[in-house]
Order: sequence, then structure tokens, then C-alpha cells
Amino acid sequence: MGRWSTAARTPLGLTAAVLAGSVLGLAVLAPVVWGTSADAVDTGSILSPPSGEHWAGTDNLGRDILARTLVATRLSVLLALAATAIAVLAGLVLGTAPFLLGRRLGRVVTAAVNIAVAFPGLLLALFFATIFGVGATGAVFAIGLAGAPAFARLTQTLVAGVAARDYVAAARVAGVGRLRVLLRHVLPNISEPLVVNATVGTGAALLSFAGLSFLGLGVQQPGYDWGRLLYDGIGAIYVNPAAALTPGAAVLVAGLAFNLVGETVAKALGVGGVARRPGRAPRAVPGLAPVAADEAPRAVGDDLVLDVRDLEVTVPGARGPVRPVRGVTFSVRRGEALGVVGESGSGKSLTALAVSRLAGDLARVEAGRLTLLGTDLTEADGRAHRRLLGTSLAMVFQDPTTSFNPTRRVGAQLAEGARHHQGLGRAEALARAVDRLGAVRIPEPERRARQYPHEFSGGMRQRAMIGMGLMGSPSLVVADEPTTALDVTVQQQVLDLLADVRAADDVALVLISHDVAVVRSVCDRVVVMYAGRIVEDLPAASLDDDARHPYTRALVAAVPDMDTDLEAALPVIPGTPADPGALPPGCAYAPRCPLASARCVEEDPSLVSDDTGHRVACWHADGPAEAATTAAPGEVGVP
Amino acid sequence: MASTGLLARAGSRDMLPAARPWAGFAVRRLGRLLVSLWVLVTASFLMIHLIPGDPVRAALGPTAPTELVEAKRRALGLDEPLPVQYADFLRGLVTGDLGTSLVSQLPVSQVVAQRLPATLVLAGLAFVLAVTVAVPLGVAVGVLTRRGHGRRTELAFTTTSVVLGTIPDFLFGVALVYVFGVGLGWLPVAGASGASAYVLPVLALAVGPAAVLSRIIRVEMVGVVEADYVRTARAKRLPDRTVYLGHALPNALTASLTLAGIILSSMVAGTVLVENVFAWPGLGSTIVQSIVSKDYPMVQAVVLVYGLGVLVVNTLVDVALALLDPRSLIREA
Repeated sequence: MGRWSTAARTPLGLTAAVLAGSVLGLAVLAPVVWGTSADAVDTGSILSPPSGEHWAGTDNLGRDILARTLVATRLSVLLALAATAIAVLAGLVLGTAPFLLGRRLGRVVTAAVNIAVAFPGLLLALFFATIFGVGATGAVFAIGLAGAPAFARLTQTLVAGVAARDYVAAARVAGVGRLRVLLRHVLPNISEPLVVNATVGTGAALLSFAGLSFLGLGVQQPGYDWGRLLYDGIGAIYVNPAAALTPGAAVLVAGLAFNLVGETVAKALGVGGVARRPGRAPRAVPGLAPVAADEAPRAVGDDLVLDVRDLEVTVPGARGPVRPVRGVTFSVRRGEALGVVGESGSGKSLTALAVSRLAGDLARVEAGRLTLLGTDLTEADGRAHRRLLGTSLAMVFQDPTTSFNPTRRVGAQLAEGARHHQGLGRAEALARAVDRLGAVRIPEPERRARQYPHEFSGGMRQRAMIGMGLMGSPSLVVADEPTTALDVTVQQQVLDLLADVRAADDVALVLISHDVAVVRSVCDRVVVMYAGRIVEDLPAASLDDDARHPYTRALVAAVPDMDTDLEAALPVIPGTPADPGALPPGCAYAPRCPLASARCVEEDPSLVSDDTGHRVACWHADGPAEAATTAAPGEVGVP
Repeated sequence: MASTGLLARAGSRDMLPAARPWAGFAVRRLGRLLVSLWVLVTASFLMIHLIPGDPVRAALGPTAPTELVEAKRRALGLDEPLPVQYADFLRGLVTGDLGTSLVSQLPVSQVVAQRLPATLVLAGLAFVLAVTVAVPLGVAVGVLTRRGHGRRTELAFTTTSVVLGTIPDFLFGVALVYVFGVGLGWLPVAGASGASAYVLPVLALAVGPAAVLSRIIRVEMVGVVEADYVRTARAKRLPDRTVYLGHALPNALTASLTLAGIILSSMVAGTVLVENVFAWPGLGSTIVQSIVSKDYPMVQAVVLVYGLGVLVVNTLVDVALALLDPRSLIREA
């Protein structure tokens, strides 16, 4: 019951409760309190406008409009409830029929419901009103039956969902009859969404009833509901507008009350669809702002493609800003392949997006230096910048299935950038797209270019994505987990293709991956990231015997190779990756590190380079490597 | 069914020529349209037979002489066996003979032809207005309120659109009559004489659906701008305009279309109420009068026309969906 009181305390729940309470209260009390005055004929003041005596004026017999509107609450609500009851009942019968009747007959019912549900409720109501005749009873049946198909459809969907579950199947196998299974196992499990929709349906029935009575097809004189009062009032709208507006307002308030109650109930029950999204994260100032570099810039060679110094990325979090990338410095030379490895959450993908200026406008990106081919990317986002990024930097994303726009042809998606940045015409750009698809070894590129992404296989899509990057003349390819979403059989194809692209035109490659084996096979140099920092930067060839950071060694040890003992459990790194929202003062890896000492816990080691350019951030980097390698497998043995 | 074969071939991907999925789609969609049409025609035929008691007696009243009732029954063909009546009904539909009104004695087809244009114009204008307002509005607010942006805009927009979407069209019509007709006296509130007479009925019919539709499009837009393919479009460094309108919008529309179809087809029926608020000389006034006066042939014909309108709208929505999202061509309906 806790969730009910919680729901009732929200502004929405409170409004709903107050409105619905007033409507129901009026339905009970109004005929008792104002019943007499509502029927009191006053020939002295016929069709009079609002006055002190009659707040909403009078009708053509001098009866008080306000009293009549209040009294009409009972009939209006009762009729709406009756119609909803019919809709729910008929909907349940139709909706559970497929389950009870078996496949063949069930299909007929489903098809009939599907056809009926395509017609608007009002049209169905008019159809049934003709059959049942004009009047309140006929209208109740008309609106009830008109609402049945929608309810039947909902029930069908819900029943089908529950019927597929194991416990229902088990009950069926155990020989329990269909009806019994339905009543015992299926209906109780779908009752919550049904209740929500019945509540919302009552509001809809109330509005429909007002509509039908307003058309003169519902309640007939001398009876009156809100719709009937509206029907009588609209004729006199020039004489006394309040005669139409008062019942109109009543309809609106009551309809809203039922809708709000439905939404509140939905929220309390956690039924999807109606509930809104959770609160938004606080907004960060977007854009790039340079921060002071605490390190003297290294000599910049002509062949430097990407140079990143002290990159920091701050994103809004649930409890204030979080910094998942904290001072990352690296550079990539022409033709060089740099691997960036680390567990998920290490900040490697965000680093890639930030240097590519795709981190989104919620992320605040700061860098002491961020240049692509010597051009400063921290400056304003001008057209020249966009062209440079659009033609010199190629991105390859993780999931090629979601990274292509499903509504556009592959060729057009490739051609688009070239048309924009290189000023190519439609035909020229498309010809180049076909050429590039051929270059990434897609067979029949002309035909393929005319196809949509869903007609491609996963590996083909990723190759097309690489082809998209080759539309310009890229100096740098940033590939973020390019093989993770692919079948093992096509992973190697994509990696080979990236290697070829790199070799053919001296293109630099930044390959982000959690897979040390992939990085080792493709890259010259490897940057290891942990908790938003680079913890080691070393040649790929040194991974096996010269890794100095315990984390790097643990990553390498976790990769099985030909010599791995198949009987023994694979080594894993104990503990969980650091939470960028709650980092310790010392080394972020210390809580998981077998070599951690008091100093590691207190002081964060900085990234220090030796003569060969091998960088490492660890207090124990110069210490006994043997101890670490022997300690690591022992520590990491059991998952 | 013939469509299953085509579908199976369309399903085997990689090797399909571009024309095939369309053929499969056309066959399936046409099949569904024909079945729905048959159900609609049969339901409107059966309507008169489902009425409890004798419909002719009910129409002519308890005081009408028995001979007159019998004559009328014969004239309507109600004394024939049901299958014969059904065949006659279908033949009449094909030849455009919808029977004779019990009240005015005019051919039903003549009345429909005379009243239909006013309803079509009203519904058409409201339809166009709702879409042309809802799509740009939903897209613009969607972009403004994308993740982490414009919380106040979102709250204001959502509140306004929920309130406007909750008001039933006929109540909105009454409010418009009060404000612009009675209060300000700017616009005519009854009849269809002159262009200014269209303003209020079209508004009454279009505002609610436009509010609901723009809200749906906004929600879809907010979701779609987070999609991977939008990031891909950004990676191509296309201008924001191209990213939003060229890449996000078609996908947001695709996702909104199914609900949009329901909203738009409910506008067809919505004309009935709005026409009665504004004394519009269309089919909406006709059907209500005919139901009240038990003029069954007339009701049958108007129900058929409305139903047909709904089927046309639903089919157009499916075609639009197929044009926007080629995946829907091979998706089982």
C-alpha cells in the first residue's frame, strides 16, 4: 500500500485524487442537495443570464443551470461506468477468446478485432446507436460495445504475453483446463494494466457519452446528463452562454479527473507507456575550453596527425558532474596504429568521441591541446573545421546495425558527406560511393549502393561504414570497438580491412577495444586506460614481457592463448572497475591491485616516461616485475 | 495465400530485386483492405436486420396503417430471403444505387453526393492543418528539449498539449463559438457560407489531434536524436539542419505514423460532432437526423461512406510508412 500513498503525494496524484473525489462526491450528494432546485420551474426568469440568484443562469423553463449541472453528475458518471463495464466485459470475452478457443477459431476472432479496432470509436458508437435506438440505454450499449475492440486488443496482447510464460505452459502440460488456466494464472497477472486502461476508458466513455447526448442520441428529456444540458444550452448560446459552458466545463473536469487517476494508477503500478521518463541530468556548459597544460609541449613533428594534451571530459551525473576522462595525453603519427584498451567504463570510448568532437553537447570537453593535422580543434566550430573533420577523420562505430540510418539507401548515406564537403554533384558523389564500396570489398557495389542497410549483413555493414570514412581522404581512422558487435567469423575481415586502409595510404588508426588480443594483432602502440586516465603507454610488442603496470599485466594474463591450460579457470581481474563518480584519493586501481601499498592508497602516481617513450603511472613500475607477474595469476585466479 | 510466397522470398535477404518487396506489400495491403471493406459492407447491410423488432414499423411509427408498412417492407426488399437481399445490396453498391430515404423519399445516393463535399472539405482542411502544425512543432520542440535541454520548455509544451488534447472537439467547438462568435463576433458560427465560415469548424476539429500528434512526434524526436545513426550523421559533420531533418525526422515520423493513423482516422468520425456544433451542411448532420428519424437506408449509406473514409486514411498511412521506412515492406503486418 506504500506505493499508493507515495503516488497520492505527487502533484499529479494529488490533483487526480482531489478531482476524482469531488466528481464522485458530487455524484452521490448533488441529487440529494440540489435535486429540488434543479427541477424548480421559475417562469419569471426564463433563459436569464447568470445572476446572484442563478450563478449560471436558467434554461427555457427557468430552471437553475448550475443546480442541473451538479445534479447531472450522478447520471453522467453512472452511464460512463455502465458503458465501461460493458466495454471491459465484451473486451475480456473477445480478448481471451483466442486463448480459450485454440489456434484456428482464435485467429478469426483476432482478425475481427483487428478490423474493428481500425474504425474510430465514435463511428462504432453511431452504428450501435442505430441498432439499439435513441436513448440512454441504447447509448450505454453503443458506447460500451464501441469501446470493446480496443479493450479486446489490449487483453489479447497481454494474454499472449503471459501465455508464453513457463508457468502457464507447465499448468497446461499438467492437464489443467484452458478456462481454469485463464482464471487462475493468466488473468491475475494481467489485471494491473487492465485496471489502468479501464480507468482511462471510463474517462473516454464519459466524454463519448457527452458527445452522444450532445448529438441528441443519448439521454432524452426529461432525464438529463451533461451532454443533454450542453445540447439544450448550445441552442441558447447567444442568450445565455453559461447554459452551454457550465455543463461543458463539468464534462472536461470529470474527463480529466478519470484520465489523471488512470495515469496515477499507472505510475503507482509501474505500468509502462503512460509514465514519463525519470528526471533529467543537470545541464553542463557545452563546448571546449582550454585548460592550462602542466607539461611543456613535446616537439611537434610534421607527421603528427593527432595531438592530445590533458584531455578532460566532464558529464552531468545523477549527483553532480562526473569526470570520466581525467587528463589524457597522447599523440598519433602518420601511419601509426594506436590501440586504446581498458574495461568498460575506463573512459576509452568517451576519449575517442571527445577527440573526434562527437561527445555531444552535454559533455564538457577541455584540453590543453587538441589538434588534428596541426589544426586546433578547441577553437569555434566553423565551416573549415567541419570540412577538415568531415574529410580527414573517419569514424567507425561499434554497432553497424544501428549506426546506419534505416530509412535511407546505403549509397546515399555514403555520398552525403562528399556532396556536402567536397562539393560533388549527386551523380559524382554516388559514383564515388560505389567505388568506395568496391574498395572495401563489397561485391556488386552498384546494386548494393541502391539497397537499404537492413539488406546488408552485419560484416558488410561495418565494411560499408569504413567505406563511408574513405569517401574523403582520411588521415586518421577512429574505430570504437569496430568488431565487438560482429560474428567472430567476420571480425578478422574487418580488422584486415582496417589494416589495409592504414597501409595503403599511410593512414593513422586509433583502435578502441576491450580486447587485448585484437589490439595486439593490429596496433604498433597500446595505451591502457583505467578510470579515465592513461596508466600505461607501451609498444604492442612489449605487452607480453615488458608491461610494467599491474593492470596491464592482468589484462594480458586474462587473454587465453595456445598455451593456456584448458582445464584451469581463466584468470579474471578481481573486483569491479572504478566508479568515476567516487574515485579514491590515491591510485584508482589500488583497491584491486595485488601490489598496492600505503602510498598507492594515498597518492595518485603520475604518468612518467622513460627514454624509450614507454610511459607508466605506477609506484611499483620500477619494482620487482617478477613479483607482480607471479602475484597476479594467484590473485586473479578465481572469478 | 499468395502473399505468403512473396513474403518468404522477400524474407530471404541479400538477393532480392528492388521491386519485389513492393509487390509483396501491395498484395498484402490490398488483401487487408478488401477484407476490411467486405466486413464494412456486410456490417452496414446487417445493421437493419440487427434492429430489434420491425425496423419499418419503428420508422413509420405505431400509428401507421399495416398496409403502408407492408408496402414499405416490399419496397425495401425486406420480404425477400436474406441472401437475396444481400445480393441486391451488393449489386446496388456497385451500380451506385443506395436505396431511397424513408423520410425524404429522395435517392440516398443523391443526398450523399450533395452533402459529402462539405464534409470532405472540412475533414481535408483539418487534416492538412493538423499535420502541417504538428510535424514542425513536434520536431522543433523535440530538438529544443532533447536530452538534458529545455526542461521548462518541455513542461510547458507537455502541459499545454495534454490539456488541448484532452478537450473533446465538440467542447472545443462550443468554446470557439462562445469566444469568437458570441463574445468577439468576428467569425460566423453556423453554416458553410464563405471562407471565414471554415475557420472555426476546421480549428475545432484540428487542434486536439494536432496537440496529440505534436506530442507524439516530440517524444519520438527526443528518442531518435540519441540514435547511433544520428551520431553517424554528426560524424559526417553535416549541418544541424541536415542531421535533424534529413536523418532524425524520417525516423521520428516512421515511429509516429501508426499512432498518427489512429488519430487521423478518428478525425473522420470527429466531423460528426463538429458539424453538429456549427450546423455544417455535411454528412455529419445527416447521419444524426437519420438516426433520430430511423431513416435506416440513409444511416446505412453514411456509415459506409465514413467507414470508407477511415479505410482510405489507414491505407494511405501504411503507404506513407512504407515509403518512409523500407523495412516495413518486409515486416509481417
